[in-house]
Amino acid sequence: MLRIEDLHANINGKEILKGINLTVRPGEVHAIMGPNGSGKSTLSAVLTGNPAYEVTKGEVEFYGKDLLSLSPEDRSHEGLFLSFQYPVEIPGVSMVNFMRAAINELRKYRGEEPMSATDFLKLMREKRAIVELDNKLASRSVNEGFSGGEKKRNEIFQMAMLEPRLSILDETDSGLDIDALRIVAEGVNKLKSDNNATIVITHYQRLLDYIAPDYVHVLYKGRIVKSGGPELALELEEKGYDWIKKELGEI
Amino acid sequence: MQALQQYIDLYRAQREVIDHHSAEVLNVLRSEALRWVETCGLPTTRHEDFHHTDIEALYAPDYGLNITRIELPSQPHEAFRCDVPNLSTQLYFLVGDNFYRNERNRELPEGVLIGSLRDMAIDYPELVSRYYGKIADMSKDGTVALNTLMTQDGFFLYVPRHVVLDRPIQLVNIIGGNVPMMHNRRILVVAEEGANVKLLVCDHSEENGIDQLVTQVTEIWAGEGAVVDYYNLEENATSVKRVTSTFVHQEAASNVLVNGITLRNGVTRDNYYIALDGEGCETQLCGMAIADGEKSVDVYSHIDHRKAHCNSNELFKFVLDENAVGSFAGRILVREGSQKTEAYQSNKNLCASPTAHMYTKPQLEIYADDVKCSHGATVGQLDQQALFYMRTRGIAESEARLLLQFAFMSDVIENVRLDALKDRLRQLVEKRFRGELSQCQHCTIRTHK
Repeated sequence: MLRIEDLHANINGKEILKGINLTVRPGEVHAIMGPNGSGKSTLSAVLTGNPAYEVTKGEVEFYGKDLLSLSPEDRSHEGLFLSFQYPVEIPGVSMVNFMRAAINELRKYRGEEPMSATDFLKLMREKRAIVELDNKLASRSVNEGFSGGEKKRNEIFQMAMLEPRLSILDETDSGLDIDALRIVAEGVNKLKSDNNATIVITHYQRLLDYIAPDYVHVLYKGRIVKSGGPELALELEEKGYDWIKKELGEI
Repeated sequence: MQALQQYIDLYRAQREVIDHHSAEVLNVLRSEALRWVETCGLPTTRHEDFHHTDIEALYAPDYGLNITRIELPSQPHEAFRCDVPNLSTQLYFLVGDNFYRNERNRELPEGVLIGSLRDMAIDYPELVSRYYGKIADMSKDGTVALNTLMTQDGFFLYVPRHVVLDRPIQLVNIIGGNVPMMHNRRILVVAEEGANVKLLVCDHSEENGIDQLVTQVTEIWAGEGAVVDYYNLEENATSVKRVTSTFVHQEAASNVLVNGITLRNGVTRDNYYIALDGEGCETQLCGMAIADGEKSVDVYSHIDHRKAHCNSNELFKFVLDENAVGSFAGRILVREGSQKTEAYQSNKNLCASPTAHMYTKPQLEIYADDVKCSHGATVGQLDQQALFYMRTRGIAESEARLLLQFAFMSDVIENVRLDALKDRLRQLVEKRFRGELSQCQHCTIRTHK
């Protein structure tokens, strides 16, 4: 479904991604790990079309389409989803209006009629349950005054609403206590199917205890320097990133 | 002075006609008004508080004035069917600056007077003269004096002691016509001790490219413990120039809400002067402006804390696009002895294009030492992070911008104390941002040709 080839990207003229290659197929879970500043979040930002980043080289194909030529909204319509590391607060925009706009834009893209108010509220209720998101939060402004855990649960709630084909979870475990981590991870697992895929970006093994990856990649200095199975994450946890640096001859 | 002289000349030549078609209570102020007009002149852009609106230029064209009060053939209540859902108001009309009687209104509680300022001044001269011209200060600037000099009619609302008007009163101003006209209207609202009234004033005009100048002086008297809501909603054509001054006098423990909203306009200058002249007053002054194209909205406010234990809260928001110009100047004066005053001011603005301009000038002037006061002013662009976040959820950029701009205005709408109007405003503001004609769906304003 996703094929990234030799992807290079800059922010403010500084090259962050220096040739990423990655292929993801339906049903797979990929974990991308790496030390701070290695380009993990940049990769998610570039894939979702954040205008702050400039792609200088390479291509990304998503279900046969040139992903990089699509607007962020059309990437979403094509089934790409990003769970933000830092979900944005939007004072004055209620979760209900926000989600209704998102759902109806998606339906419009597919040539469908807007969803009726009753169906929409029913859908909200159903999906809220997946991450045990309180009804009160759903009627508040988007992420405003949400705790760290509530924000992340809200991300997975949105993912449940939009039913993406490929989800990127950018450090979804950061700022979560054990209970919230479990709820979020269980939510992600409930949404998993043979037709969708997940890219989990994380520093730590701990999220991967809950969301089992099929592949683990190590991103370092803008390149994937090592790939392997789930055992690679355990090895990293044990040996630390210095092990990678050593292998690369840096230490 | 050129711009002003034509009005002075007209007044001198037509004084008898003007007086004849008005009322004695209004006429007696004209000599004093003339003195102030000649003393103050019209403010120019060299005046500190008028840097961003060229008042002289607004008054310079050769406008017609309907001083013989020709009743223009019009059935405003046929043409205007405001469909604010659940907002059932007592509806009144000013066409140009002529009052139109609406016979369909329900019976009013005893002692309540609503109608033409001229007629009321003839029928109840003592009552009207007790307040008329007493709240507005003609020395403020030449526009107030000039309005007092030329005005012949307007709207009068009187609520006697301890009478609560449940139903909001709505005054619809309709501006139109096929020649450039100047309209000088006057609004006088008196809420006696313990009275409670809500007034919604709407400005409507048709987009026909003909210049119109509207001047409006509003005087509001809030007696002890009275509660007054005053909403002024402007939806004017781009060819309409509007200069308003709203003067509020508050007695002890009164509670006044003033909300000025400009959704469509040409050039607008709104002045607010609010005097808290008794202990325990509460004032909520807020407003918003949405402007694009070459439109200009200029708001000046002066809140005068004269007594102790009063609260005022001021909030103005502007969203400017294209080449629009916005200006806000807000002064809060806390006089000596006005202890335990709480006065807060906030002015927040969005410039949605690189060529939109916003000028903001918050001012606090405090002569008491036990007060809580603050002011804040911001000018910014839409939050790019929020915009991107929404787009990743599939919300198109244009729709995301709209939702964010709408959200930006939400707290001003939240300050509206009329639920039906609040709902209606949400719709109007959303329509405005969508670029749809933001007028009531069934409202077909037709003014005489």
